[in-house]
Amino acid sequence: MEQMTKAINTLRIEHITKRFPGVLACDDISLEIEKGEILALVGENGAGKTTLMNILMGLYHPDEGTMYINDKAVHFRSPNDAFAYGIGMVHQQYMLVPNMTVVENIALGYKQAWKGWKLDLQMVRKRIEEVAQQYGLVVDPSAYIWQLSVGEQQRVELVKTLCLGAQFLILDEPTSALTPQETDELISLLKNLSKNLSIIFISHKLQEVKDLSSKVAILRHGKVVFKGNTIDHSSSDIAALMTGHEVVLPHNDAPACTLGPMLQLRNLKVRSDRGFFALDDLSLYICKGEIVGLAGVSGNGQKELAEAINGLRKVESGTILFDGRDIANFNPAQVIAAGMGYIPEERNTEGIVPSFSMKENFILKDTESKQFSSHTFLKKKVINETAEKLRSEFDIRSPNTDVAAGALSGGNIQKVILAREISRNPKFLVAVYPTRGLDMGAAEFIHKELLKLRNDGVGILLISEELEEITNLSDQVAVIFKGKIQKVLPSSEASRRRLGILMAGVKDDEEF
Amino acid sequence: MEYIICKEADSQGGRGMNFVMNILSLGIPFSVALLIASLGEMFNQRAGIFNLGCEGLMAMGAFLGMLVPYSIGQGHYVPGIYNYLGLILASGVGALLGLFFGLVVVTFRAPQGIAGIGLQMFGVGTAGTLFRHFVGGTQSIPGISVAPIPGLSRIPVLGTLFFNHNPMVYVAFIMVPLAYYVLFKTPWGLRVRAVGTQPRAADSIGIQVNKVRFQALALGGAMAGLAGAYLSLCQAKMFSDEIIAGRGFIAVALVYFGHWHPVKIMGGALLFTLAQALQLAIQGLGIDFPYEFLVMLPYLLVIIVLALSKKSLLMGPTALGKPFNREMRT
Amino acid sequence: MTKSFKTRYRIVIIILAVLTAMLLGAIILLALGADVIKTYLVILTEPLKNKIGVTEVLLRMVPLTIIALGITVAYRSGIINIGAEGQMAMGILTTTAVALGFPNLPSAVLIPFAILAGAVGGAAWGFIPGFLKAKLEVSELLSTVMLNYIAAQLYTFFLRGPMLDPAELVTGSGTPQSMRLTRNIDLTRFIKGTRIHTGIFIALGLALVIFLLLWKTSFGYKMRAAGASERAARYGGINVPKYLIIAMMISGAFAGIAGSVEIAGVHRRAIEGVTSGYGFSGIVVALFGGLHPAGILPAAFFFGLLIYGADMTQRLVGVPANMVQVLQGIIILVIVATKMILANPYLMQRAEAKWNTLFAKKQTHKEVEA
Repeated sequence: MEQMTKAINTLRIEHITKRFPGVLACDDISLEIEKGEILALVGENGAGKTTLMNILMGLYHPDEGTMYINDKAVHFRSPNDAFAYGIGMVHQQYMLVPNMTVVENIALGYKQAWKGWKLDLQMVRKRIEEVAQQYGLVVDPSAYIWQLSVGEQQRVELVKTLCLGAQFLILDEPTSALTPQETDELISLLKNLSKNLSIIFISHKLQEVKDLSSKVAILRHGKVVFKGNTIDHSSSDIAALMTGHEVVLPHNDAPACTLGPMLQLRNLKVRSDRGFFALDDLSLYICKGEIVGLAGVSGNGQKELAEAINGLRKVESGTILFDGRDIANFNPAQVIAAGMGYIPEERNTEGIVPSFSMKENFILKDTESKQFSSHTFLKKKVINETAEKLRSEFDIRSPNTDVAAGALSGGNIQKVILAREISRNPKFLVAVYPTRGLDMGAAEFIHKELLKLRNDGVGILLISEELEEITNLSDQVAVIFKGKIQKVLPSSEASRRRLGILMAGVKDDEEF
Repeated sequence: MEYIICKEADSQGGRGMNFVMNILSLGIPFSVALLIASLGEMFNQRAGIFNLGCEGLMAMGAFLGMLVPYSIGQGHYVPGIYNYLGLILASGVGALLGLFFGLVVVTFRAPQGIAGIGLQMFGVGTAGTLFRHFVGGTQSIPGISVAPIPGLSRIPVLGTLFFNHNPMVYVAFIMVPLAYYVLFKTPWGLRVRAVGTQPRAADSIGIQVNKVRFQALALGGAMAGLAGAYLSLCQAKMFSDEIIAGRGFIAVALVYFGHWHPVKIMGGALLFTLAQALQLAIQGLGIDFPYEFLVMLPYLLVIIVLALSKKSLLMGPTALGKPFNREMRT
Repeated sequence: MTKSFKTRYRIVIIILAVLTAMLLGAIILLALGADVIKTYLVILTEPLKNKIGVTEVLLRMVPLTIIALGITVAYRSGIINIGAEGQMAMGILTTTAVALGFPNLPSAVLIPFAILAGAVGGAAWGFIPGFLKAKLEVSELLSTVMLNYIAAQLYTFFLRGPMLDPAELVTGSGTPQSMRLTRNIDLTRFIKGTRIHTGIFIALGLALVIFLLLWKTSFGYKMRAAGASERAARYGGINVPKYLIIAMMISGAFAGIAGSVEIAGVHRRAIEGVTSGYGFSGIVVALFGGLHPAGILPAAFFFGLLIYGADMTQRLVGVPANMVQVLQGIIILVIVATKMILANPYLMQRAEAKWNTLFAKKQTHKEVEA
């Protein structure tokens, strides 16, 4: 079956601008890509990368500006138009229907197979075969999406875009859920594909940008601040251009674990939502005044670990000794009362009640405490005063403490959560992806606070995807893989290469 | 109403096997309204929307169904083809009301539970108001009568059980494999399932999520209207405020624990009808049991089944109840 | 977005909403061939023309307020209570049982006791769906509706059986109702010639209680947190299932109290049709009142007006009383749609942009309001 779409030799966008309420997402952006080029679109979160790509895909309409394909102006009213021209996108969150098979998912977009009352899945299967042959991308057409691993699902997404006739690929943070080894595989695959297609990929991982792209464009606050050939610039150049200044993240230099263990996890077995053991005989201990960073590809049990510690998930067997007491299977209120602090993964849905005001969020865990209530009636004055104090102490940007917490920016929401947890004087803090989606300034602030806590004798379990964050802050780095701790390394020995190998499940890393 | 049917069963005479057979053969038509409404609601829910207004749509359908023969006969009910026109009118208005519901929950993205209750009140109230004004009183109507299938209905036991019903019963049971085919084997069904499970995925591939949802609501609404019309034209052969008696809500519940699958839904509908048939059987056999407790049975059964059924949405529409908003940045 | 535009926008949207509701109602009225304006006028003004009318409206306001308060507690705690009809019925049964069982207790003891019994009956009936949702994830939307039908049957059973007025057996008229309850249970009718009773003060008192409970206590905070963000509440150590169940019990208790008060104040015996849609009307009142006691009181008055006014339309303009249910349904649909429109910042921004281009006003770049 012949290609339904014409080849894209050049794609050009000029003066693209897009506004959302309160935010200028894209500000007069102009870019050009030619066939066979791989352009890396780099920038911090909120810089406008995803919005720009969604415009290219026809999901959003630009307020100003034009797009040109092969020097002809085009206007996309919906993704259908983009497909017709051969633009395909693999999103960061895979756009697959879990309870349908691979064939059905591809058939959703394969309109030729829609024959009135009959859905011709045979035709779709044939097309999948073709693509597999041509590009070497093999998938099992009859598998249900929920049965596939993250890497396999991504392959399905690629196959899907190619089946639908993509001449131009857009990839949004393609390696965020892959191990370093899977990343290398993807990179060589993409290099192969670029012989026939042009590719734009979004990333904030500078190493990838260096490895894969031929051209790089840097966005900051919706504007293109830099365009050039990748080969001419180093990672640190690019980093500096991304943030606009030389950023040196705070570094943990102090000696560790002289005060004794605070949190001891022993032989933990915890089930995931699907029923299998997300934590499979996991043991780890963190001392007072120590930061242990947990490195690992997302999906290896981090979520379940944080939840189990905080009483939000059942511990099937094993113990969690917190300052000597076994708190396994305590309910959340009991864990909190024992002195545990928690910065959860999803700040908007787990960390704050978005419709409550900032000051109401500060007392979320303390409504029963004598400080804030007497005979069940809330002490309005005390609550107001405390809220004001925290707001200034933590430099939370808002007009007052009555604003709904959900209306604050990501960084400020995280500060609210941090302020609340820290002001409760916890003995231990579990911090899960604490700087995800935040700009450098907010990240810097949070890192400083975490180090302060550590120096005050609080133990911290830092769960993060950013290897740099982990190695900068931690005293020890533990690598989690399939629910077990692969190894615990002192931070000084935790190189990116070594961590990558451990994260992929290889136990004996000494020889590499 | 059950009282009337019971008398009918009784009048067909005898005790024992014959009696049980009669009860069962009367039981199967009982399940039709529930079955049709549930299948319609299945399409709604598969697309991601639950419509608690089903009860109101059924009430409107019941009224409109009998309105046609009544008004054409100018105050007297005329049998025949006009009944089928009534069915068509009921379906049409049901579809329109389904679209109206779509305006509220799809376009405006209002919460589906409360909006459904609003629709239900609107439907039941309108049906009652219009009935009182145009018709009034509770007289029985000839409706659509039994149409035995020639030949097959003469088979000794199975004949009475399966082939001696009014045509709508046959239509309803044919709807089951038809619904299966539409949902799982057609492009539209594929779109419906995608839209109800992972609307983002459907949207990113160029499917108009809201349009598909409107289509599903129209179909679901039409079927609810049809189910209501069946009740007034074929089953009870009259109209009253209490005619729907919660069947619209039971239909919504049925789709849940029928796991959004036509065959399981059919099973569920038959199960509930059995509960009602049991009530008749007990009365017919002369056991002294308070009438009210028997009437309670189906509703109690719904609660029990809801409590015991697995709540996993794994093979079902995981986006059920959530409005779709493309501009929502995660 | 300027603040003044925001306010004007909101007002315009609300006015449009009201007009839409009236328009939709008008469609049905036109189908009846009724005089639309006259009908609305009758409904809204006729009851207020004399003392009896006003007190009759206030009379209906009592159960509407109490039920709406209960529904608000549940709604704000994250659970939608459609079961007020059934809970009210159960409350009436327990109240009647107490009144029949202890006819000689003095008023000062019997009335609180009876109302407490009503609360217990309603709370028990509210406990069931609360428990089912908290522990078994059963949708409360379905379980409460089913329980309504079950309660209706139980109610009829008791009224036809154990609680049947002995006088009925003699006269054989077969009306299912209990005997006239002891005078000790009567809530005083304090305005001569009208039926308005002291229950209205109970309603007002309960409104204050709910306000304090939800917004001034840690108990209420937890319930609201559980309703606003179940996950965050759980992560914050709040026992969400417990508060769900408590909220449903309070909600049911209030419906039960409404039933008691109706019996003690209005009917003085258990009869059919007492609940007569108050359970559903209570939902509309709660929504219309913005789920806050301060809004519920005027909303309850308004709907009392609607309900009583609709009773009159049959006589005066030939519109059946069912019309009130139609209007209530329309109002719910319009309210929920309007709420979503008002909560959509994109729409507001686009509207402002259009307005400004239309009138070529210079746009002041003020700080964007959160």
